Amino acid sequence: MLSLNNICKSFGGVKAVDRCSFKTEENEITSLIGPNGAGKTTIFNIISGLTNPDSGTIRLLNKDITGMPAYKIAQSGISRTFQLTKVFRNVTVKDNLLIAKNTSEAEMKKMLESVYLHKPLDAIASELSYGQQRLLEIARALLKPHALLMLDEPTAGVNPRVRQELKLILKNLKKQGKTILLIEHDMDFVMDISDKVIVMNEGKVLREGKPKDIVKDKKVLEAYLGK
Amino acid sequence: MIHEYLIQLLTIISIYAIAVTSLNLTMGFTGLINLGHMVFFGIGAYASALLTLNGVPWYFAMLIAGILASVLGIAIAAITARLKGDYLAMVTLGLVFIAIAVSRNWISLTRGALGLPGVPDIIRNNFYYMVLCMSIAGICIFIFYKLINSQTGRVFQAIRDDETAAAVLGKNTYFYKIISMAVSTFFAAIAGSLLVHHINFIDPTIFDLEFLVVIVTILVAGGLASIKGSVISVFALLALSEAMRFVLVSPALIGPVREMMFEVILILILLFKPKGIFGKVDV
Ligand SMILES: Nc1ncnc2c1ncn2[C@@H]1O[C@H](COP(=O)(O)OP(=O)(O)OP(=O)(O)O)[C@@H](O)[C@H]1O
Ligand SMILES: [Mg+2]
Repeated sequence: MLSLNNICKSFGGVKAVDRCSFKTEENEITSLIGPNGAGKTTIFNIISGLTNPDSGTIRLLNKDITGMPAYKIAQSGISRTFQLTKVFRNVTVKDNLLIAKNTSEAEMKKMLESVYLHKPLDAIASELSYGQQRLLEIARALLKPHALLMLDEPTAGVNPRVRQELKLILKNLKKQGKTILLIEHDMDFVMDISDKVIVMNEGKVLREGKPKDIVKDKKVLEAYLGK
Repeated sequence: MIHEYLIQLLTIISIYAIAVTSLNLTMGFTGLINLGHMVFFGIGAYASALLTLNGVPWYFAMLIAGILASVLGIAIAAITARLKGDYLAMVTLGLVFIAIAVSRNWISLTRGALGLPGVPDIIRNNFYYMVLCMSIAGICIFIFYKLINSQTGRVFQAIRDDETAAAVLGKNTYFYKIISMAVSTFFAAIAGSLLVHHINFIDPTIFDLEFLVVIVTILVAGGLASIKGSVISVFALLALSEAMRFVLVSPALIGPVREMMFEVILILILLFKPKGIFGKVDV
């Protein structure tokens, strides 16, 4: 589905991403984990075309998308959300969704229901709580036609109730067989939901494998807990 | 007498309505800080004046004026659209000073500070000219409504609120910003063209920053991203400005007091009601 090959990116002296390579498989949830500053979000920005890598290539559905503008990569089949939620503040929930896909009110309402967002379509996005804005952002990303869905810490920064809802949403998406690349800090949840886990530290891929193998890995423990 | 006065006022209101709503398209709906709006207005006025003075029919002149301004608008948007931050604001403000310099110094074309007198009427009868201006304003506002409520208009507003998010939803934000500027500057020039055929004269003062202050004040008072707000605001503020004529005893005071009125209103709105009367978006 998606494959990264030797991606590097430095900001000034900081090597945010250092020779990163990995693959995601169709109908699987692949999770990127790693301590703060490991380079996870930078990887997301590079895949979605918001940041150009210094070197390396990215292929999506057997097409080289390296260096393509963000909107073209989006059109090629990537949909994503942001660590700090980005909704269109001054327009309605409905307009937020219509920008993703020109569709019927029925489909939009169904989508809102599936993400547990109980707000009328004509509510202004800025009037939603932060948690609700996050749900709206996910609904928008789901509505946008895509082959791969990328979620950057969907459960971070929201209240416990919304956090539970988000976990349910992800479980439902897994049931539907969606292909997802996920950044997530909640270890128990990651190990529960993922088909594959990629551990990053200081820009490098440290380990990659099935959840049950990752939890036992000494190196991973070190990266998280210090030596 | 009073009848003739009302005709004049409604003609000016129609022209301003086009100028303000078209600025709202870029500033209010697309979030482009376009400080050069009156340059496109002035270019429309100059182009229309020069063409009709040389025998080109008015409707043709108006169209060419619109296209000329639009081409410049597209060029400015294309240059600045990929740059971050407020480059558009700086470039468009620079454009104002370039326009002033060119209109003053390209004597063979503009006659410099002397201006161009004798710009022909489109229609002799003032009442019918008012009807023409109102009709064109109506068409323009109708087009803006349609545009804003279309998928294109939705993308404009998405760009204003979060350009990155619009891009990752597959929207070529660069292209849409250019479209927004192209349409906005086209109609700014149409407004300029209607004005020059109304007052039958043009000189470089059309590019003065005071004019921009007036237009921006009307826009902000009515509210960014509200076409209705813009139209109501044009009526209210121009009527208020006209009322000064009756309040002030000394005619010499009218000009400066009006200018100050717009500046004071702008500051008051920014301080106390930054969304304007009907606006949905913070300044
Ligand atoms: N635009 C930028 N300019 C400069 N440095 C940057 C930029 N973006 C990221 N960095 C740096 O790159 C490194 C990786 O950051 P990144 O945001 O990718 O980490 P992360 O794994 O997402 O962390 P977190 O879990 O805190 O979100 C950090 O050291 C960060 O400071
Ligand atoms: Mg991050």
